Amino acid sequence: MSVEGLKCKECGTKYEESAAYFCENCFGPLEVSYDHSGLDAAEVKRRIQAGSHGIWRYSDFLPISGNPGDPLEPGLTPLVRADRLAELLGTEAEVYVKNDAANPTHSFKDRVVAVAVAKAKELGFDTIACASTGNLANAVAARAAAEGLESYVLVPADLEEQKLLASDVYGTNLVGVRGNYDAVNRLCTELVDTQPWAFVNVNLRPYYAEGSKTLAFETVEQLGWELPDRVVAPIGSGSLFTKLGRGFQEWIDLGLVEGDQPTFHGAQADGCSPVATAFAEGHDVCKPQRPDTIAKSLAIGDPADGPYAIEHARQTGGNISSVSDEEIREGIKLLAEGTGIFTETAGGVTIAVLRRLAERGEFKAGEKVVAYITGEGLKTLDATRDTFSMHEIDPNLESFDSEFAAQEVSA
Amino acid sequence: MSVTVKIPTQLRVATGGQAEVEVEGSNVGEALDAVFAAYGDLRERITQDGTLRRFVNVYVSGEDIRFQQGLETAISEGDEVTILPAVAGG
Repeated sequence: MSVEGLKCKECGTKYEESAAYFCENCFGPLEVSYDHSGLDAAEVKRRIQAGSHGIWRYSDFLPISGNPGDPLEPGLTPLVRADRLAELLGTEAEVYVKNDAANPTHSFKDRVVAVAVAKAKELGFDTIACASTGNLANAVAARAAAEGLESYVLVPADLEEQKLLASDVYGTNLVGVRGNYDAVNRLCTELVDTQPWAFVNVNLRPYYAEGSKTLAFETVEQLGWELPDRVVAPIGSGSLFTKLGRGFQEWIDLGLVEGDQPTFHGAQADGCSPVATAFAEGHDVCKPQRPDTIAKSLAIGDPADGPYAIEHARQTGGNISSVSDEEIREGIKLLAEGTGIFTETAGGVTIAVLRRLAERGEFKAGEKVVAYITGEGLKTLDATRDTFSMHEIDPNLESFDSEFAAQEVSA
Repeated sequence: MSVTVKIPTQLRVATGGQAEVEVEGSNVGEALDAVFAAYGDLRERITQDGTLRRFVNVYVSGEDIRFQQGLETAISEGDEVTILPAVAGG
């Protein structure tokens, strides 16, 4: 653990640990700061390897000492070597897929919620809440149910039915807001002042964001204590993207792994691309957009960590691209056919960008490229509903033979 | 034009604990200047070199001023101007 407190990312002002999330002096975001100087790399490595089968094995790098007996521990999701996908992409790089749909509620959000809620309990909250595009709402509602907490999840009212259902099933207070995600987010920022609740991604955000670092830690461990050469990751608010970078850096600094930061490639949808646009135009501030894309989990028009995501992509020699809704659907299909993993639209965005980078020849032979799949395909059925085909036959051999023999002839 | 400017909790140390401030102004910039005239401490926290700091969002009756005319956004009698940190969500 070795937490020092909270620190403003903009001006460096230090704060005690509390449910504070922005700097009183400059409005900058607060981040957890640590003192790892007392840690011995070999000892930490042993502690990790002997730890729980999930994110709590990385407690030395989290703002909470753990959650003993966690009924819903996320993490240690598969890192799949995806040779077939690499072949389909026509690249000689070693392509890996980190399948974070394999978490308890099928998205990476279980990681950040686990950390935020453990901290919320430590700070004395008994009600948890969030502003969500869906996956986060699922994760908050499930964890509240598992831990016996009250919860309120606020989402845009026009969200995918699967994501609404997969929140309400846990017995949460599901609040559909008539507006887009940015409106939900603004409302929650106001509610923080009027309700005594832990909004995981508002007043608990400094702790919440730390949970994403565990994706970087797992990647290193699963690659045999090596760093990848490149990562391709989706950008919504930019928090996951920047915290992946911070996770790698903390382990490099401590000497747990040798090498340099991977090159970071960010992925957005054309219909919501404030970060990709600012990157392309050379700005360090994102102009907000009104989202219009099938990738609803990335539909954040005013991304809080946009400036830091841009900075990290630039510093590592990477880039941030955006892709069309059509490319997103093709990305979902490509991943499914190349790996057997069915991802949601955000994963389609990531794979579409992976494909574009491969086609542009950005990957060198033998490079380790990790694509982060953050969510599950069954949650965004609307986006893929009309993209499948089926052979319908009668229940007899003649019908089967005529359907498939006919196909062979035509082939 | 008389409008209400809402101040987030953490900044109320600079307004003597007041959550809302009534000011006169015809656009957002003028309304904020009127707030700063009353509570000088707020100017530096919210603006830098005459523009809003990059993690400050301002809304007029719920609408982000960056989708309108920024600090030049006109305000009408009874409008509510809300200042919020832009560091939430995702």
